[in-house]
Amino acid sequence: MSDGAVAALEAAEVDYAGRGRVLGPVDFHLEAGEIVALVGPSGCGKSTALRLLAGLEAPTKGVVRRAAGRGETAVVFQSPTLAPWLSATANVALPLELAGVARRPARERAVEALRRVGLADAAAARPAQLSGGMAMRASLARALVTSPKVLLLDEPFAALDEITRRQLADDVLALWAEHRPAIVFVTHNVEEAVYMAGRVIVMTPGPGRIAGEVAVEGPAPRPAGFRTTETFRHTAERLSALLHQAMGAPA
Amino acid sequence: MSRWIGLLAPTLFVALLLAIWEGLCRALSVQSYFLPTPSAIAIALVQNAPLLFVSAWRTLHTALTAFVVVGALASVSALAAASGKIVEASFRPIAVLLQVTPIISLGPLFQIWAGIDHPDRAVVSLACVAAFFPMYSGALAGLHSADPELERLFDLYGATRWQRMTRLRIPSAVPQAMEGFKVGLGLALVGTVFGEIIAGAGGAQGLAWRIQEASHRMEMAKSFAALAALALMAGVLHAAFQALERRLIAWWRGR
Repeated sequence: MSDGAVAALEAAEVDYAGRGRVLGPVDFHLEAGEIVALVGPSGCGKSTALRLLAGLEAPTKGVVRRAAGRGETAVVFQSPTLAPWLSATANVALPLELAGVARRPARERAVEALRRVGLADAAAARPAQLSGGMAMRASLARALVTSPKVLLLDEPFAALDEITRRQLADDVLALWAEHRPAIVFVTHNVEEAVYMAGRVIVMTPGPGRIAGEVAVEGPAPRPAGFRTTETFRHTAERLSALLHQAMGAPA
Repeated sequence: MSRWIGLLAPTLFVALLLAIWEGLCRALSVQSYFLPTPSAIAIALVQNAPLLFVSAWRTLHTALTAFVVVGALASVSALAAASGKIVEASFRPIAVLLQVTPIISLGPLFQIWAGIDHPDRAVVSLACVAAFFPMYSGALAGLHSADPELERLFDLYGATRWQRMTRLRIPSAVPQAMEGFKVGLGLALVGTVFGEIIAGAGGAQGLAWRIQEASHRMEMAKSFAALAALALMAGVLHAAFQALERRLIAWWRGR
């Protein structure tokens, strides 16, 4: 692992019984504080790569290096994945309570995390009472409550409407600016990848390998109107071309 | 409006059936020891109300005792089964055997074990056997029904087995366990009635015993009155549990 890297995949490969190779070999280093997007077609092993980094799966071959302490790596799944029987606060406090933090300080930190994602008023609400976007925010608050070094997002906005997902993208960047965790997020939306990430990695269809990488210039968090800038448009086009090429290439 | 229709329509329908029954019995001069008229049954119901009430309480008490005992037993067994595949596999054949063995075949055995002085014990035991399987399998299915993504979240944060059980599996089990418990409550009543019929004597004089006693004396109106009381009690019990279940699930879901 190079200096400053908080997680890495080294020649990592994953085989599934009955499906064969789904990922790799892949080499990937995540530097502290950077935001990386993984894009690629469905079934290219993006989510598998994320699960390797989360430690939820082990590679068949190769090495995974990661911040393995409790709460050092946080994941936001595709769905909000909140426990319906717990209030928003209790859901957000869960990672702390599982790590042995006493109930009261855990709840206090959870309320603070909810406030940061703009859900201060919904602290007592149950997941069923939250809108899709609010539930995703609560899920984000839960991921951030342990102040992780690495935040992994698995298509977190896929189920949301365009306005909400743009708003959440800005919110994620604003939250990132506070503590600067390294973020890896999976998406198949090119514009979203360019908007959020400083570095976009394009993957080939299964078995997923890294087809190429595009660096995104520009300040982060993104200034207003970033989507209309020449840089944004140009990068998005370059990324689309690379993605197209990767999908055309034989696996 | 629709609520009134939902209440009124079945009431009128039942009234119509009773009227036909009454009319046919009178028109055809059916003997009361063969089929009593609804009006005779109603009179028997009122005349025997105190005795029927005591008997109904006996039956209800027995069924609820079995329900509580089996509820605890089934929950503990399901928790044990959910904590390890080997335990679950060990329990499975016994649980299934309890389910598929016709409960009637256990009656004579339980009667002997309970002894002539304690028929009530045989009745409770039969009710327990009848109620066990749905309650156990409901609780176990519930314990296995946790959201896999939440399971992954618990993996991610290094939850202990205890934390996973108390904070994820047990709360996740509520809806399916309640479903199993509802079926179990119904079967506890079935088992009680059945137990009273084969073992009922002395200390176990519930409603089923009243039905039999009256039938043996050819007092069919009284027998029907006890049957009506039993049906009414079962209906009330079911409705009460349903209401409780609905409230609990609403709380669990958060709306």
